[in-house]
Amino acid sequence: MAKEKKGVRLEHISKIYKDPKTGKEFYAVKDTSLNIEPGTFVTLLGPSGCGKTTTLRMIAGFESPDEGEIYLGDQAINELTPNKRDTAMVFQSYALLPHYNIYDNVAYGLKLRKFPKDVIKEKVTRILKLVELEGMESRMTNQLSGGQQQRVALARALVIEPSVLLFDEPLSNLDAKLRVQMRTEIRRIQQEVGITAIYVTHDQSEAMAISDKIIIMDRGVVAQMGTPQEIYYHPVNEFVADFIGEANFLRGPMVSHEDDVAILDIEGNKTKVEYNKKMKEGETYTVVLRPEAATLADKGGLKCKVVLSCFMGSYQNYHVMVGNTLVKLEEKNPKNKKIYNVGDECHLVFDAKSVHVL
Amino acid sequence: MATAQGARLERKKLLADPIMVTTIVLLITFLTLFILYPLAILLVDSFVGDGGFSFSVFKRVFQIPTFTKAITNTLKVGFVVGIIATAVGLLFAYVEIYVRINKFAGGLFKVVSMLPVVSPPFVLSLSVIMLFGKSGIITRFLLGIYDHSVYGFWGIVIVQSLTFFPVCYMMFRGLLKNIDPSLEEAARDMGASRMKVFTSVTLPLLLPGIGNAFLVTFIESIADFANPMIIGGSYDTLATTIYLQITGAYDKAGAAAMAVVLLCITLAMFAVQKYVLEKKSTATLTGKASRGRMLIEDKSVRIPLTAICSLGALFVILMYICVPIGAMFPTWGYKFFPLTFKWFGQVFTKYKGFKAFKDSFVLSLIAAPITALLSMIISYLVVKRKFKAKGFIEAVSMLAMAVPGTVLGVGYIRGFSGGIFHTGFMQGIYGTGLILIIVFVIRSLPTGTRSGIAALRQIDKSIEESAYDMGADSLKVFTTVTLPLIKDSFLSGLVTAFVRSITAISAIILLVTPSYLLITVQINEFAEKGAYGIACAFATILIIITYGAVTIMNLVIKRFGTSKAIKEVD
Repeated sequence: MAKEKKGVRLEHISKIYKDPKTGKEFYAVKDTSLNIEPGTFVTLLGPSGCGKTTTLRMIAGFESPDEGEIYLGDQAINELTPNKRDTAMVFQSYALLPHYNIYDNVAYGLKLRKFPKDVIKEKVTRILKLVELEGMESRMTNQLSGGQQQRVALARALVIEPSVLLFDEPLSNLDAKLRVQMRTEIRRIQQEVGITAIYVTHDQSEAMAISDKIIIMDRGVVAQMGTPQEIYYHPVNEFVADFIGEANFLRGPMVSHEDDVAILDIEGNKTKVEYNKKMKEGETYTVVLRPEAATLADKGGLKCKVVLSCFMGSYQNYHVMVGNTLVKLEEKNPKNKKIYNVGDECHLVFDAKSVHVL
Repeated sequence: MATAQGARLERKKLLADPIMVTTIVLLITFLTLFILYPLAILLVDSFVGDGGFSFSVFKRVFQIPTFTKAITNTLKVGFVVGIIATAVGLLFAYVEIYVRINKFAGGLFKVVSMLPVVSPPFVLSLSVIMLFGKSGIITRFLLGIYDHSVYGFWGIVIVQSLTFFPVCYMMFRGLLKNIDPSLEEAARDMGASRMKVFTSVTLPLLLPGIGNAFLVTFIESIADFANPMIIGGSYDTLATTIYLQITGAYDKAGAAAMAVVLLCITLAMFAVQKYVLEKKSTATLTGKASRGRMLIEDKSVRIPLTAICSLGALFVILMYICVPIGAMFPTWGYKFFPLTFKWFGQVFTKYKGFKAFKDSFVLSLIAAPITALLSMIISYLVVKRKFKAKGFIEAVSMLAMAVPGTVLGVGYIRGFSGGIFHTGFMQGIYGTGLILIIVFVIRSLPTGTRSGIAALRQIDKSIEESAYDMGADSLKVFTTVTLPLIKDSFLSGLVTAFVRSITAISAIILLVTPSYLLITVQINEFAEKGAYGIACAFATILIIITYGAVTIMNLVIKRFGTSKAIKEVD
């Protein structure tokens, strides 16, 4: 597929909907600008109603932006209908044509493009091999499992060699195990073909596993865009921190700082965290603590009291109270560690570098 | 806060699709010209006299005693028929869904549910006259009553109730199927008797549906022309009064005003039904039944209910059988044996039966595919596309459902006999076969559109979106995806349109010219003259044609239907 890769650029895109009940207008997507590099796999992640699907459908052309312009490569595509856009979408419900067999489903876009028969045959055969469905050409769509149907949908989108591949929660109708398998599959194929892909999901582990970059959306605006690591370790706000993985929030004013360590007073405990130049003495800061980033000990760290202690196999799950703040912990590999029970007084210990200050 | 850009882009995308634009424009023109315009001209004609705007025409018609009498008559009949048909329909549906019935009764139910589809409008009137009329088989020859008159209020009520209750039965069947049995089981579990469950759970859930069925029947009843015409005798309803005002009194302006009155009544009912009840009935009955229902096995419930319904069904079926038998009596009301085919012979030799069947058949055969295709296109646009005029298209095609045929007929006379707005433009179509075809199309369009919309709503929107996304334009999406997926609905729409057209009478009778002989008009004519033998012979052949069409449709759907092909591999 020696086709030039194209990126997607959104400039100040807004989409306004009317609430059908109240008749009030609201922004489904508000003043969103994005630059998606050619050949990257980007995920739009967020809770339902955050505008991620609307954004994707605007890129595909099913919705028209009320403000702003969308570019595919260097071409402004606002005025193009979906059938004229060089994008292909994989739908949540697969959306295979039920009256066609697998071969005809995959060949549909090629036939519309008036390719000669033998070329179509060659392309379809190659793509079905890529998604590991060779030999299934004459089956009807409802003779396939959900995972296989999604592969057909993927093959159908890939075979027309679009500049951009769009995924609208493609795995949410599959069971958990298949979901994990298919996302690896999708990532493999995207890498193999080297195509730009935009993927919508509300499943954060899916987003982490699959993406070069994740875009977190919240109520119509982009909260953060970055690599999975950036987003997990350096969330820009509580929403992002809470949405990606589990997060505990500890709050307290900064009492002093040295070169790279600041001391916060959290519930009466002097606590070391990473210092950055924007921090000022006396101001209150929120610290993001991931459940796996701290342990319990008999001394040192923050004083706390255990309110829940539960064996989960690969880890011991604790809920502890630090003053009035609930902190959830996961102590990995608890086999040879001391287990604290409900009511025990102990200390919460973590490294200054393993927490993130908002 | 809305900016114009989104709307502007949508418009631009639409305009980039010339086929869509052309289709929409043509559709709007068609609907405006043949539904809105005839109704508008009725209003204009009845308000605008020689000296500008006035109520004088209305004043005049309201002074005609037969007209005011007809209004009360019509409402009375509609009300009583609405209640009876709803109650009987509910009983049948309840027994089918809730009670364990044997195979024989089940078969009877199935026949009853199919009858309204194939039945020409006045078949029941003919058989009621034959059985219960002055020289009826039952009244005179079995019971020896000589002065019994079936014509009038009760005649109409009986015939219309029998004609319309199967429709109610089908509606309730759909509703009852969607009630989750666990609701009623929960009530039973808390100690309610079966009667209590029915009155405190089932009935309240059905209430909007009951109102809906009542109003639908009410509208059908007051719009019905054929039955009051044949069995009404001197008991005139609005539809027949309007007809007589035109054909008898030659008072077209008066008829227009009367038609406006009839239209207002049906529109009001329709508005209530559509905007109040339809919404409620779907809101209360969401979700499919989670599990099968425990059927009532209790003999004290089962036997009487099954018996009542089976007898009722048998009676209805008997009424239909009467017509072909009646067509074979040597002399109606005097001599029943030996059965003879002489009336059938006369139909073809004496009364140009062949031409009548040919005309009806050909016109309906032309109208049917146009109707079916048009209603699928409208459903596609309404369900799957968004554009400004969509609301208009949906509203107008549904509006046609509330327009009685007689009103439409008067509207066409007023609207086209002198050309558009009496200018002479397009006058040429008046009196031709074309206008008959158009009336057939308009009369069947709402039913077809409604079933098309229902079929399309079942189809995931993203299937068409995916085709669009793959590069297909609107026409390609419609022909390669939409139409194949609703092939069944299209085929049945085709046959329904054909059957409705070939059995239509109310609007047609006002518009048909002597150059076209239509079967229904012939039946009406002979029945009015009292030549029931000929009327029955015509009706019998008509039933055979419609039944044949439906049978062929079912075979075709079985053989080529999409749902079959898709189901088969499961």
